[in-house]
Amino acid sequence: MKKPMAALLASALATAVVLSGCSSPVGPSTASAGPTGSAGPATPVPSGTSDATIQIGSLYEPQNLDNTAGGGQGVTEAFDGNVYQGLYQLTDAGKVVPLLADSYTVSADGLAYTFTLKRGVTFHSGKALTSADVKASIERVVSPASQSARKSSFEAIAGITTPTPDTVVVTLASRSISFIYNLAYVWIVNKDATVLTTSEDGTGPYVLDKWTRGSSLSLKRWSGYWGTRAANKEVVFNYFTDATALSNALLTNAVDIVTNVQSPDTLSQFEGNPKYVVNNGASTTKELLVFNDRVAPFDKVQVRKAVYSAIDRAKLLNAIWGDKGTLIGSMVPPTDPWYEDLTGVNPYDPTLSKQLLTEAGYPHGFAFTLDTPTYDPHPVVAEFVKSELAKIGVTVKINSITADEWYTKVFQKHDFVATLQEHVNDRDVVWYGDPTFYWGYNNPLVTAWVAAAESATTVDEQTAKLKLVNEQIAKDAASAWLYLYPQIVVASSNVSGYPINGLNSQFPAYAIVKK
Amino acid sequence: MTRYLLRRMAILVLSLLLAMLAIFVLLRALPGDPANALLSVQATPEQIAAARSQVGADLPLFEQFVNWFRGMVSLDFGNSFISTLPVAPEIVSRLAVTIPLTLLAFGLAFALSLAVGFIAAHKSDRWYGVALSAFSQLAIAVPAFWVGILLIATFSLKFRIFPAGGFPREGWADPGAALAHLALPVLTVALVMTGSLSRYVRSATLDVLGSDYLRNARAMGSTMGTAMIRHGLRNGAIPVISILGIELATAFLGAVVIEAVFALPGLGSMLLKAIAQHDYPNIQGILFVSTLAVLVIGFVADIAQRLVDPRLRHSAGAA
Repeated sequence: MKKPMAALLASALATAVVLSGCSSPVGPSTASAGPTGSAGPATPVPSGTSDATIQIGSLYEPQNLDNTAGGGQGVTEAFDGNVYQGLYQLTDAGKVVPLLADSYTVSADGLAYTFTLKRGVTFHSGKALTSADVKASIERVVSPASQSARKSSFEAIAGITTPTPDTVVVTLASRSISFIYNLAYVWIVNKDATVLTTSEDGTGPYVLDKWTRGSSLSLKRWSGYWGTRAANKEVVFNYFTDATALSNALLTNAVDIVTNVQSPDTLSQFEGNPKYVVNNGASTTKELLVFNDRVAPFDKVQVRKAVYSAIDRAKLLNAIWGDKGTLIGSMVPPTDPWYEDLTGVNPYDPTLSKQLLTEAGYPHGFAFTLDTPTYDPHPVVAEFVKSELAKIGVTVKINSITADEWYTKVFQKHDFVATLQEHVNDRDVVWYGDPTFYWGYNNPLVTAWVAAAESATTVDEQTAKLKLVNEQIAKDAASAWLYLYPQIVVASSNVSGYPINGLNSQFPAYAIVKK
Repeated sequence: MTRYLLRRMAILVLSLLLAMLAIFVLLRALPGDPANALLSVQATPEQIAAARSQVGADLPLFEQFVNWFRGMVSLDFGNSFISTLPVAPEIVSRLAVTIPLTLLAFGLAFALSLAVGFIAAHKSDRWYGVALSAFSQLAIAVPAFWVGILLIATFSLKFRIFPAGGFPREGWADPGAALAHLALPVLTVALVMTGSLSRYVRSATLDVLGSDYLRNARAMGSTMGTAMIRHGLRNGAIPVISILGIELATAFLGAVVIEAVFALPGLGSMLLKAIAQHDYPNIQGILFVSTLAVLVIGFVADIAQRLVDPRLRHSAGAA
């Protein structure tokens, strides 16, 4: 019940922007120590530990097994890189590396990409991978029936041809510097496969063993894998709906790893206990107080800045997550290449807030309704915001709404004044360049910079443009970015090789070993 | 008796029909749209319309009801809006957890209640009789989920005797493991149920102990044991049987909470998720099965009561 909107936004806010291929070092590397992030099939497998069963505990069970038919965050977590692979892969360190693609070339105008496929790759059903499968797989994502959150990322695709069995040519209508990055989200599926909602036919190191709905999903190491075989024999994802039940499972060794801890209260049982490792990964999930920038009073920049500066974010973060998490001054998390520390642009300063309100014509404050999703942490954040704003004479009326109502009322109809929401993806600052997005931020300069960044020819150019965007939205307090969530993976200390950053919800398991 | 059976069955079918209609109408009255849960945020109006038509949510309500009704009669519960997978097989696989949980808990509670209730009544002048009375009061007062948490903290986290939750992947293929996973949930439900059930057994026992027929039987030379078994049991059972039906139905429905605490893949956890997602076919299917179960339990309890109590049989024959 906790994550619905987060998941939707998570997967949707992916009009990402990045990189061209293997040469440029775009991805940020993880800031934290801890177990080695698994990099790819090329990762050497530690010896002598190859027959373990890895038990993983997760709150995100797949809806079904097809990521173009509403499978959701859960199927990405279980299958991405494990069962299905893309032409490219986003590593846990945030780099895009070739996987089923051997190499590619781009035409001089940047519109035609020619990919050469790796040889000797077969699907779990035994059929060899050909360019026709790649074409069909991309078409699955962009087809009218597709519910893929990535669909809009591929609007620029004008045509796909397959001149030879191991060559695919994708033609774009306009330049897209993030095209290769986006391809990392496209699973290559056997074009002849059917019933993908309950079975699979991918090229990854594991095959699906059994999915017991409401309970678990197990993957078995596949002996016909084209790359380095998985370091463990079997991986079982155990699904929970209750964070306490999940912690209990870890405490009783029923699971080895918890993929994404969402409840701060459970952490104390593991911290300082030598039997467990609490990993602080690099997070991209931001808690936002979102203004409707179209309507009064939040159409005024001073009012937004006044509200932002009236909230003691450090105190809020500490109240919710203790010493975990990070303060941010804009939409960009430290792992995005265009990050700058902008926390000083709108400092916590109630005196400044009052002054700004007076300038904006609200010397005695005002009242507004805050649409608050009913799941954590929003209700707590709403109460905090309410008490902080009361100090500058602004009255907050908290209106609790379900995730479903939020989607209809706030996201689709834009029928709100302010709301709270978490935005989970990396590189999602680009949404401030879309004036039709739900928050209604409309600055033509920013829109132009975002477009220029996407059609940039170099990563430096793209980065420079998005830094401008970043600085401008902070100056305009387009939204109030309250804090960056921590990304926490807790594991028994006898397992290693698991990913800790959980980028875009994936959880590659093939490098995990158990002592 | 045959006439009674027929009439009782007609009531059962009619209740089921009314319940189905109520379930259908109430669900549709909820705010929100199942298409929302299906799609990601940048879905176009066309995609939303396509999603609605794909799940049949665009048809007139009456037509949706008729379709659903027709499906139910042929035991085809349709496909989930969210996962697109058929509802019926999932319900069946969930029942493999919920039914054993309910029956085992019920059986254990029944046995415990007989013992606790009888001793509490018969030995109400001893300290342990009083203690058992107090225990049943306490068991009524505490919420089931709290008992579950306490049992987990004690038997899983501290002593590591039973698993803290979940159900084995192999299901009942490994009965030992399956039973181990059900141990604490069964105990939780049984303890709470024993609280109220033993009160009924206790008061039924007190009635029997103070009755004229028992005194007469004793006066005619019967031992206490024989008198209790020959006369007391049958008389005392009548009020208890009617309450047993209600308790069994409550246990089945109460599984929702307990399954959440113990992360069990039963019908209750399926229902919670389906409600959160506005997954009408799933909700309707589960509620249909639960309603049917409750009605059948009530039916069986009524029949059992008539079998035990000849007075009811004769009054029905006369009517």
